[in-house]
Amino acid sequence: MAEANKKDLILDINDLVIHYETEDGVVEAVNGLDIQLEHGKTLGLVGETGSGKTTTALSILRLVPDPPGVIKNGSIILDGKDVLNMPIKELEAIRGNLVSMIFQDPMTSLNPVLTVGEQIAEVIALHEEGGEKEAAQKAGDMLEVVGIPRERYGEYPHQFSGGMKQRVVIAMALACNPKLLLADEPTTALDVTIQAQVLETMKQLREKYGSAMIMITHDLGIIAEVCDEVSVVYAGQIVEHGTLEDVFESTLHPYTEGLFGSLPNIEERRERLQPIPGLMPDPTDLPKGCCFAPRCKYCTAECEKARPEKKWVNDTHYVRCTRYNEPDFKIERSER
Amino acid sequence: MGAAKTNGAAHTGATVKKRSQAAEIWRRLKKNRMAMLGLAVVLLLVLISIFADFLFDYDTIVIKQNTQIRLQSPSGEHWLGTDEFGRDILARIVHGSRVSLSVGVVAVSISLMIGGTLGAVAGFYGGKVDNVIMRFMDILLAVPSLLLSITIVSALGPSIFNLMLALAISSVPGYARIVRASVLTVKDQEFVEAARCIGANNFEIIASHIIPNCMAPIIVQVSLKVASAILSTSGLSFLGLGVKAPTPEWGAMLSGGRAYLRNAPHLTIFPGIAIIITILSLNLLGDGLRDALDPKLKK
Repeated sequence: MAEANKKDLILDINDLVIHYETEDGVVEAVNGLDIQLEHGKTLGLVGETGSGKTTTALSILRLVPDPPGVIKNGSIILDGKDVLNMPIKELEAIRGNLVSMIFQDPMTSLNPVLTVGEQIAEVIALHEEGGEKEAAQKAGDMLEVVGIPRERYGEYPHQFSGGMKQRVVIAMALACNPKLLLADEPTTALDVTIQAQVLETMKQLREKYGSAMIMITHDLGIIAEVCDEVSVVYAGQIVEHGTLEDVFESTLHPYTEGLFGSLPNIEERRERLQPIPGLMPDPTDLPKGCCFAPRCKYCTAECEKARPEKKWVNDTHYVRCTRYNEPDFKIERSER
Repeated sequence: MGAAKTNGAAHTGATVKKRSQAAEIWRRLKKNRMAMLGLAVVLLLVLISIFADFLFDYDTIVIKQNTQIRLQSPSGEHWLGTDEFGRDILARIVHGSRVSLSVGVVAVSISLMIGGTLGAVAGFYGGKVDNVIMRFMDILLAVPSLLLSITIVSALGPSIFNLMLALAISSVPGYARIVRASVLTVKDQEFVEAARCIGANNFEIIASHIIPNCMAPIIVQVSLKVASAILSTSGLSFLGLGVKAPTPEWGAMLSGGRAYLRNAPHLTIFPGIAIIITILSLNLLGDGLRDALDPKLKK
C-alpha cells in the first residue's frame, strides 16, 4: 500500500519515534514506525519482548507513561484526528469509545472490588447518553454477547476463571463499538484451550461490529488465525510488512525467517528448533546500521553502515534489509 | 431479542446486583460474632444517646446538685451511686454518651475528609504536590497531637465544636499518610491503566477505582480513631479545655472522681467502664467491617 487511499484509514501512524529518557540513558523504544490500517482490517504486530509493540499501542491512546516516555517525532492520525495534539478532554472521550484496549493479563486488569457488571457499565456510562440503568442493562447484554450468563453481573472478578475474566475485559473493550481495538497479547496469560475460545470470540465480535484491530503478539499461530496483515517489529521498527500471504509465503527478512525457524513443526520433530542466535540489541545503545545485523547470518559490511530503507517488492509488501539492494539476494527458507 | 424481554432481564440483573452487594456484606458481617456484638453495643449506645432525655431529665437529675446524698454507693434508687455533688452517675453517663459519641463521629469525619483527600491527591499525583502536602503533614506530626489540640482549643476558646475541630486537625496527618500509602500501592496496578484506557479522568479513577481499593486500612483507622477521639475528649475535658461543667462528660467525670478514689471508687469505675465498652465495641465492629468489605477474604 505505497499509495494508500487516506480516506479509508482508521489509523495512520507515520515515522513514530518514542524514547524513554531515564537516568541511566535514553531507551529508544520505537524508532520510525509506520502503520497504515484500513477500517475493519486486522493487523498483527509480531516481535520479541521489548521490541516496542506495547509502547506503540499505548501511544495510540497517548498513554505512554510520561515521564519517562517522550514521543519525539511522528504523527498518529486516528480516524482523521491527530491524537498527539488533542486536548485531554477529547482524548478521554475517544478512549474506550473510538479506540479501546485489551490487556495481556485479565487477572490484574480488572478492579478486584467492583463487580464485573459495574466495570462494563462504567465504560458505557462514560461514553453514552442515558442513565445508569441503561448502562447496567447494556452491560448485561455485553456479558451475554461474550458468552457469560447475565446472572453473573453482580459477581466479583475473583469469582471468575482466567478465560472468563478475559471475556469480561473483551466485553468492556467492545461495549462502545470501538472502531479500533488494540489487543495487547490478549491470550498470553491463558492456557491453550481457553486461548482458542477467546480468539474465536474476539474474531466473531470483531466481524460483527466491524472494528479494525491491532493484534500484538509473539505467537505466529495467532497471527495466521486472525490477521489480514502482518508487521514484524524489531527494535522499534517494522522490518517487514505485508499481507498474511506475503509474509508467510514469501518471507523476505532474515528476522521473520528466524521467527518461523523457532516454531516447532509437528511433521519435522527430528529436527532441532533453530533459535535466532544472540539477543535483542540494548535499546539504550542501538547499532548505527541495521539493528538486526549483529544476529544476522547474511550480514555484510554494508549492513552495519546505515539503517536500511523500506524496499517495496509489491503493492502490499515491504522489507527493510540492505541486502535486497543486491538484485539476486535471497534468504534460505526452511521447509514448512 | 425483543425489547421488552431485554428490559426485564436487565432489571433483574441490576436489582440482583444491588441487593446481593449489600446483602453479601451483611451476610459476611453476621458470621463474625464479635463484630455483631460490637455492632449491637454501638447501636445500643447510639439509641441511648438519642433517647437520653426520655430516660433522665437533664435539668432536674443530671445537673441538679444535692449535697445531702453525695458520694452514695450504688443502691436501688441510684443504680450506679451518686457523685461528689449528689448527682446520679447513671444519668450522667447516659447523657455523657451524647458528647462522647458526637465528638468522636464529627471529629473523625472532619479529619477523614481532609486527611483522606490530601492523602489521595498526594499519592496519586506524586512529585511536587506530594512533597508539599506530606511535608506540611510532617510539620503537624512533629507536634504531639494532644499538645496540638490544646493549642488549637486555647486559641479558639473552649467549646464542644472547637474541641471537635482540634481533635480533627490533630489526626489529619494520620489519615493522609494511611490513604497516601494505600493509594501508592493501588495506583500502579493494571486496572488503573485499564480505567484510563476506557476514558476515565483522574477524578473518576481516584473515586471509583483507587479509593474503594484502599477502604480496608481506612475503616480500621476510623474505628480506632473514633475511640481515641473519645479518649482525647476526656483528656482535654480533664484539663478544662473541653466540655465545661456541669455538662456531663465521661472524661470529666473520671477526673472529678479522682479525688475520691479511695473512699468512693464507683465515681471513676463506672465512667471508665463506659469508655472501655464503647471503645472495645467500636474496634470489634471496625475489624469485622474490614473483613466483610473485602471480597477477596470471602470464604
